[in-house]
Amino acid sequence: MSALTLPARPAIRFDLRARPGTVLALLVVAFLVLAALVPGLLTHRSPTAIDLQNNLAHPSWSHPFGTDDAGRDLYTRVVYGARESLGIGLGATALAMAVAILLGFTAGLAGGWVDVVITRALEVVFAFPVLLLALLLISIRGPSVGTVIVAVGLGSAPGYARMVRGQVRSVRQSGYVEAAGALGHRRTTVIRRHLFPNAIRPLVAVMTLGVGQSIVWASGLAFLGLGVSPPSSEWGALLDAGRQYITTSWWLEILPGLVIVLVALAVTSLGRTLQHRLEGAAR
Amino acid sequence: MTILASKPGAAATAEREDDLLAVENLRVAFGGTEVVKGISFGIRPGRCLAIVGESGSGKSVTARTLVGLTGSGASVRADRLELGPTDLRHVGERSWRGIRGSEIGFVLQDALVSLDQLRRVGDEVGEPLKLHGWGDRGSRAERVVELLDAVGVPEPELRARQRPYELSGGLRQRALIASAIALDPPLLIADEPTTALDVTVQAQVLDLLAASKERGTAIILISHDLSVVARLADEVAVMRHGEIVEHGPTAEVLRAPRHEYTRALIAAVPSEHTRGTRLVAGSTSVPRTRRPIDRGRPLLEARHLTKVFRGPDGVDRTVVDDVSFEVFAGETVGIVGESGSGKTTTARIALALLGAEGGEVRLRGNPWSTLSDRDRRPLRSRVGVVYQDPLSSFDPRWPVGRILADALTRGPTPPSSKEESLDRIVRLLEQVGLGRQHVETGPLRLSGGQRQRVAIARALAPEPELIVCDEPVSALDVSVQAQVLDLFTDLQDELGVTYLFISHDLGVIHHLSDRVLVMKDGRVVERGTADDIFLRPQDEYTQRLLTALPRLEQATRGQG
Repeated sequence: MSALTLPARPAIRFDLRARPGTVLALLVVAFLVLAALVPGLLTHRSPTAIDLQNNLAHPSWSHPFGTDDAGRDLYTRVVYGARESLGIGLGATALAMAVAILLGFTAGLAGGWVDVVITRALEVVFAFPVLLLALLLISIRGPSVGTVIVAVGLGSAPGYARMVRGQVRSVRQSGYVEAAGALGHRRTTVIRRHLFPNAIRPLVAVMTLGVGQSIVWASGLAFLGLGVSPPSSEWGALLDAGRQYITTSWWLEILPGLVIVLVALAVTSLGRTLQHRLEGAAR
Repeated sequence: MTILASKPGAAATAEREDDLLAVENLRVAFGGTEVVKGISFGIRPGRCLAIVGESGSGKSVTARTLVGLTGSGASVRADRLELGPTDLRHVGERSWRGIRGSEIGFVLQDALVSLDQLRRVGDEVGEPLKLHGWGDRGSRAERVVELLDAVGVPEPELRARQRPYELSGGLRQRALIASAIALDPPLLIADEPTTALDVTVQAQVLDLLAASKERGTAIILISHDLSVVARLADEVAVMRHGEIVEHGPTAEVLRAPRHEYTRALIAAVPSEHTRGTRLVAGSTSVPRTRRPIDRGRPLLEARHLTKVFRGPDGVDRTVVDDVSFEVFAGETVGIVGESGSGKTTTARIALALLGAEGGEVRLRGNPWSTLSDRDRRPLRSRVGVVYQDPLSSFDPRWPVGRILADALTRGPTPPSSKEESLDRIVRLLEQVGLGRQHVETGPLRLSGGQRQRVAIARALAPEPELIVCDEPVSALDVSVQAQVLDLFTDLQDELGVTYLFISHDLGVIHHLSDRVLVMKDGRVVERGTADDIFLRPQDEYTQRLLTALPRLEQATRGQG
């Protein structure tokens, strides 16, 4: 995660002993990453192994999350679903960031009418709820992992773009950008060395928050049958599949739902911690 | 001012027992760290006690403790802490609210943040009246206007209806004082009341406090500025590291300081007496060895500079109006003026960081301000700059070494290898009184003085002919300011650097400059050698500035 790849500057190093919540969040995220990369380490079953003899079994020692209507182990499906859910979260956030950085930097650096056009356009898009934009896109392209990434990514991009633009404008007026200019550096050098990294820095934390949010949104879309559809074990799809058994087999909804909440909570809490550290370090 | 009734019992002959406020062995600690370490003082009505110290001395904590605002997590202990008959040690928050405003008035430093931006000035000033149930709405409104009038706010009815941001800094500070004296409290605590103000406004505020004192109010003045203290205080207590190191009558403390720290503080104040010498105590007797100034062709020549800014109201304002000057190699030209005088804008035009509507800047007789950005870029390294706030002029991600390495590459002989670069970085750091151990340090972990040293090293790195300094010592404590000013003069003596030095501080300008420009409202109102300007001012405004300037000698009037 981005939180762990930052340069280990003393000012933003985590004091783990002081924050048990952060340790917990880090553990959850570590499990999530492990599940996404090598799910076989966390479960010996196959997510598609059908066992009709044993369908809709209650949670037990052998099936900690119970089984679904086809007798597949729900825990295993949740573990294998992590890759898709995390992928969508990361993919959507990366796309959102790329679009936001492009638009934000263009608007912030160009100024004048370019800035006005981009800012107004962003405000128009901003006026629509993200989910509505996603629905629109999915209704055009049909549901798939790719579409969900694009839909959630583009939907959340305007918010980030406005933030990037604000950052660019404030860093542009900072003393160190002027000082670099006074030393006779080229404008492109100043942008590359000072403006870009300093305008992006506060976004690292926001990005972490965005990953959690994107996972929730993608699950929401899947639950509505608009995202990744059932044979997949993406978490939202698990919820969608379990919906018809909600009155008899509570675990099909509650347990994947709890996992989504836990992951979103962990990622968001990490993002917040990071944000506090970065803001504290910046001034 | 007659509306404020004078107090009985303001007899100057009162004994120590008649102290209005008595503090004995006051100790304040935050989480185990003691910041005020057992100080004792008292104050009688109609007297002013100044508590002087640098940042971190505990003077502001002391002031806040006296009004019960030490803050959560603080532990306050004292053998005695009495205001008249009231023992302040056992006062609860509810009772403190009754004391603040009516018994003790509190004036804070920054009137802009101390006044609620969304409320009318009149409501803010009248707040203590309302809280203490004084009169009714109508009589309070009248009283507020009286108070604003008493503190010298022009058009008080109009001002009372305005909001704080519509008032100038001086007016806001006066409104704050009006609020503090609204209920005519016997004790007034003023924490750096004039620090953010121009000297002419500062003089008015000090006169206002003096008038309050005349009427019998006891004043505790917290300040870092010995000259301000000299003007108002009867007694001075010098604080350092939470202790009072020296306490006595103002004239005595300032004229014949007994403690070494007080002596160093006083020696560190730049003024006409310190010209041509170093400021840091122990070296004052060593005169500077100046390099000759080349009075041939000027190094920098500014001709008829004019800059117009469009205000938010769409009205053009001329902030720099037909300003001309030249700087010769090896000299220091000082530009002095109050806020809004256009001195910083002039500096930015000289640096070609800002274009001018009219006029031209030439460097060694060649075009400078008229060059295109592309043509000027290779020449930029010939003019360095040092800002007021060094921290904001450093990329927060860069350690000191990288900041300097970057600046070195812009010089005429950029280092050819990593080793050479490091060697030169260390040499630069040593030149400004730092060392190898600072190479890896981030600017955030340096002290204010060290940061300004790094900024000076960065300015020196490309071997510039001229360094433009924009208020480079204004944010520093007086003893640190002295060290940095000494560094400026040392570098000039060693390397023959030329300075264009911008400051609002007349003492600093007099101490440092060979020639001086006095600016007001965008114009140069007077120019000449430093001694001409400061000892024989011709212009009426310059004379007014110098009269307003608080001086250490004011406490020693009539003394040799």
